[in-house]
Amino acid sequence: LRNFKEVGMAGSGSTQNRFPLKSVVVIGATISVAAIAFAYTAGWLTSRRLTPTKLVAALLPPKGPALGHRRNHAKGICFTGTFDANGEGSELSKAKVFERGHYLVVGRFNIAGPDPKVADAMVPVRGLGIRIMGPDGQEWRSAMIDAPVFAAPTPQAFFEFLTASSSKEPNAFKEYSSAHPEILTFISWVKGHSRTESWTEDRFNSLDSFVFIDKSGAKNAVRWSFIPSAKPVTISSEELAKREPDFLEEDIIQRVGTAPQRWSLMITVANPGDPTSDPTRAWPADRRSLDVGTTVRQISPEVDGPCRDINFDPSVLPAGITTSDDPFPAARSAAYRVSFNGRMAESSHYPHTQTGGKQ
Amino acid sequence: MTTLRTRFAAPQRFLHWFMAACIISMLFIGVGMISTIAPKYLIQVHKLLGIVILVLALIRLTLRAYYRAPALPADLPMPIRLAAELSQYIFYALMIGMPLIGWGMLSAASHPVILFGSVDLPPILPLNASLYSLLRRAHHFLALAFFGLILMHVAALLFHKLVRKDGIFEAMAPSFTFHQTDERTQTNQ
Repeated sequence: LRNFKEVGMAGSGSTQNRFPLKSVVVIGATISVAAIAFAYTAGWLTSRRLTPTKLVAALLPPKGPALGHRRNHAKGICFTGTFDANGEGSELSKAKVFERGHYLVVGRFNIAGPDPKVADAMVPVRGLGIRIMGPDGQEWRSAMIDAPVFAAPTPQAFFEFLTASSSKEPNAFKEYSSAHPEILTFISWVKGHSRTESWTEDRFNSLDSFVFIDKSGAKNAVRWSFIPSAKPVTISSEELAKREPDFLEEDIIQRVGTAPQRWSLMITVANPGDPTSDPTRAWPADRRSLDVGTTVRQISPEVDGPCRDINFDPSVLPAGITTSDDPFPAARSAAYRVSFNGRMAESSHYPHTQTGGKQ
Repeated sequence: MTTLRTRFAAPQRFLHWFMAACIISMLFIGVGMISTIAPKYLIQVHKLLGIVILVLALIRLTLRAYYRAPALPADLPMPIRLAAELSQYIFYALMIGMPLIGWGMLSAASHPVILFGSVDLPPILPLNASLYSLLRRAHHFLALAFFGLILMHVAALLFHKLVRKDGIFEAMAPSFTFHQTDERTQTNQ
């Protein structure tokens, strides 16, 4: 078996006894460059990069997360229902989910913040997470809130806002708000809006813009909202303070137990020049909008409910819907994944109450 | 009298280098996409490339069974020989295992695996929180191990090329022409 030697380079014999310094340097340098490039890509060499982990950490209270629960919008309740598509949406998007028909929905009504036991009255922001299963098996996931605009124009700014809000520096927030005056619009909504007595009376907005692609390939920037059929009844802050800690959950269990609750899924189409990349800027009210329909039929507690282990990742979209130049869906997807990974690993801290409760 | 191959067959060499590019890109994309809030198309590319690597790895395994590998030099010390043999098993296990773990992990999270457009892969596991956590950690840990193994592999190939000069690098060298030295007639043994 000497053949291999012959294939090798000539002159190997003469170098065999000397220490191959040059070769060792070449090998060492190659491996080091590769290892450093990898470490840089992984973000191990820089503390400046805004990673999803940092973003999620900024949302948490000093005592850390509630183990097994979502890192934000931690308190919520599951529901199932159908999306009753009326076919109108097909004009804007080729997604099968807009074709006339009834498609299964799993969703979650929630309130903002990291505490799954907080009293409902304490939290000014409410949310809706939803997963619609299209007839071709492709999913459309979305997580919305009831605010008319978002708090910050970019994920970086949102991170700075969170950091400034929890900072001990007395001027931190003032500095942020002078650089980002749009936060004042959001805060005045948070402090000033009158709250309804029920999730079924709330309107939930995507805030982020997405792109709908129709059958011809034409693209339209859109935002969407779930508009309640129930007439909003607002309650005063005095009365709010008297409500039970879980009044929203009790209310929705009771209402859905009586009759299916409806929201219309309203698609709003941008005009050319409308701000699509910045969710702090609302589009004018006269924009074209399309009612494409939905219903909530059944409520179940989160602990054993079908929404518990679902990540309402806003980047999960069927063919016919894509993200736009709005940077938030990607950033939220990344942050939701960090939250999801955390709570999945901690599921023993939030035990199921019945066997086979998982779905 | 038998024919003794000194180089891998041309399709094997092509797949080796093409997959090397895919896998190294894949590992960089993987650690990059989870450490940024602006992954752009990285996550989508990661899924598609993962399935491409899985398919190519299965083709490569078939080619390996058909063509086999050239024998290692007879004078190769035992520990190096052992490392060389073992590393090949580990590489095949990772090339086939990593895409399956990734696919299984997303299935256990009930997260769709969209290859492109309206082409989704079916889930291969049921929704299960602890299974997801286990597979996700395995995917992460094995990815780092995979990169470490590649670094050792590169160091070894440079060692064979620059120090030992024993023809092992040439056996997989990226030249896709058929050399006269590819096959030698073995007269003894």
